[in-house]
Amino acid sequence: MNKKTQTDSEKFPKDVLSINDFSRAQIEFVIAEAAKMDKMPRDKKQKILKGKVIASLFFEPSTRTRLSFETAIQNLGGKVIGFADADVSSYKKGESLTDTIHTVENYADLIVMRHYIEGAARRAAEVSKKPVINAGDGANQHPTQTFLDLYTIKKECGKIDGISIAMAGDLKYGRTVHSLMYALAKFNNVQVYLISPASLKMPEYIIDDTKGKLKITETSKLDKYLDKVDVLYSTRIQKERFPDEVEYEKVRNSYIITPKVLGKGRKDLKLMHPLPRVNEITTKVDDMPQAIYFKQAANGVPVREALLKILAGVKK
Amino acid sequence: MLPKVHRSDGGPLRRGGEEMSGNRKKEIIRIKPIQNGTVIDHLNQGTAYKILEVLDLKDYTVTAAMNVESRKMGKKDVIFIEGKELSEREMEKVALIGKGATLNIIKNGENKTKTKLEYPKMVHGTIKCINPKCISNVEKVSGKFDITENPLMAKCVYCETRMNEEDIVSGIK
Repeated sequence: MNKKTQTDSEKFPKDVLSINDFSRAQIEFVIAEAAKMDKMPRDKKQKILKGKVIASLFFEPSTRTRLSFETAIQNLGGKVIGFADADVSSYKKGESLTDTIHTVENYADLIVMRHYIEGAARRAAEVSKKPVINAGDGANQHPTQTFLDLYTIKKECGKIDGISIAMAGDLKYGRTVHSLMYALAKFNNVQVYLISPASLKMPEYIIDDTKGKLKITETSKLDKYLDKVDVLYSTRIQKERFPDEVEYEKVRNSYIITPKVLGKGRKDLKLMHPLPRVNEITTKVDDMPQAIYFKQAANGVPVREALLKILAGVKK
Repeated sequence: MLPKVHRSDGGPLRRGGEEMSGNRKKEIIRIKPIQNGTVIDHLNQGTAYKILEVLDLKDYTVTAAMNVESRKMGKKDVIFIEGKELSEREMEKVALIGKGATLNIIKNGENKTKTKLEYPKMVHGTIKCINPKCISNVEKVSGKFDITENPLMAKCVYCETRMNEEDIVSGIK
């Protein structure tokens, strides 16, 4: 760890709520810690959260995020308490989030929380005596996804500075691509191709915020720049984010990635997707060397282990 | 100094008094002098109405002069509030609408403090978030916003929704 990173890690935020709260050095620190976790023997890892209790509060359903967090906690020797569904908590009875957090903070050393209400994680962190990790708050932030996306890019491409990445599909409602834009803007010389139908374009304010730092090209044609990119980041066109079903049906099949489409890209292109997918990547693509989305999901474990390790040492 | 208020025809107004011209007694606008209270001067034309909307002033004597001629501004609005000093939150509200205006606190008929209004860096409990899914609209949590200018923008600390000037003014509680 260089001196700069070490200094920055000392000022590491007490909660992980939004990728926008992190500097480049802090992001690199997390990536470096995740790489260590990837290689660390299991018996050594088991000591990191030994004797610690981690609350896993999922007010909204999740597969990858919840299971990878709980796997990470188990791998580090911690114990998990919590729920996977708000229906089994007192929240259903009308208890406020503040009261839930004031209760749980006395049971656990750290809180991992997913909530369907936007800003719930920051509110929880504001009232909690224990560190909070945001595992997604509605359409707002999902910072651990962005950390694992960056870790995957670094691991697969060997660098983040200077990469060329295409983001395709739902760029309007997709929180993963919004956060990725802001995170990549902290790095140097990154080219971003934004591929979407007109109705699902990247919001103008995000382009305005990042255009001085990223080289941005917008297009509606999926294959136009495929031969130029290191990474193709595909996103699901999410039904639940649409104001009406008619609009959803109109655009859902806009950007389906098949072996033929992928054949137009470079052989070393990496195809990423935050998952779950519906039909935007055909299953025939899964066995192609370019398809790294399951590896990407697997990277969620060392990244979350790294964040749990860092925050477990934080005093609020 | 109290603000200079002029008739719409450009002639001077004597606050609370009358102006005579020859033998003809001219009808003038009467503005009661403030002995104790607040004068918000140099408001951009058309903003006095918006400010009166967001301040709860039903228990006070309030006079608003609108479209008043001003050498510096062309036209300006002025608000006189008798017997009230604005709280910090009220000043935030006024500043969000009337940046650049001058806030004068009057005590015993004299101008005690004069402050040029600037946008606050952060507001808490002053604006309502436009995002209905924001925690501040779902639970008993006061809205908190970071304010930036050029152009004026408020970013919700909780849900990170951005609000433009129009949203901010209509969202003032």
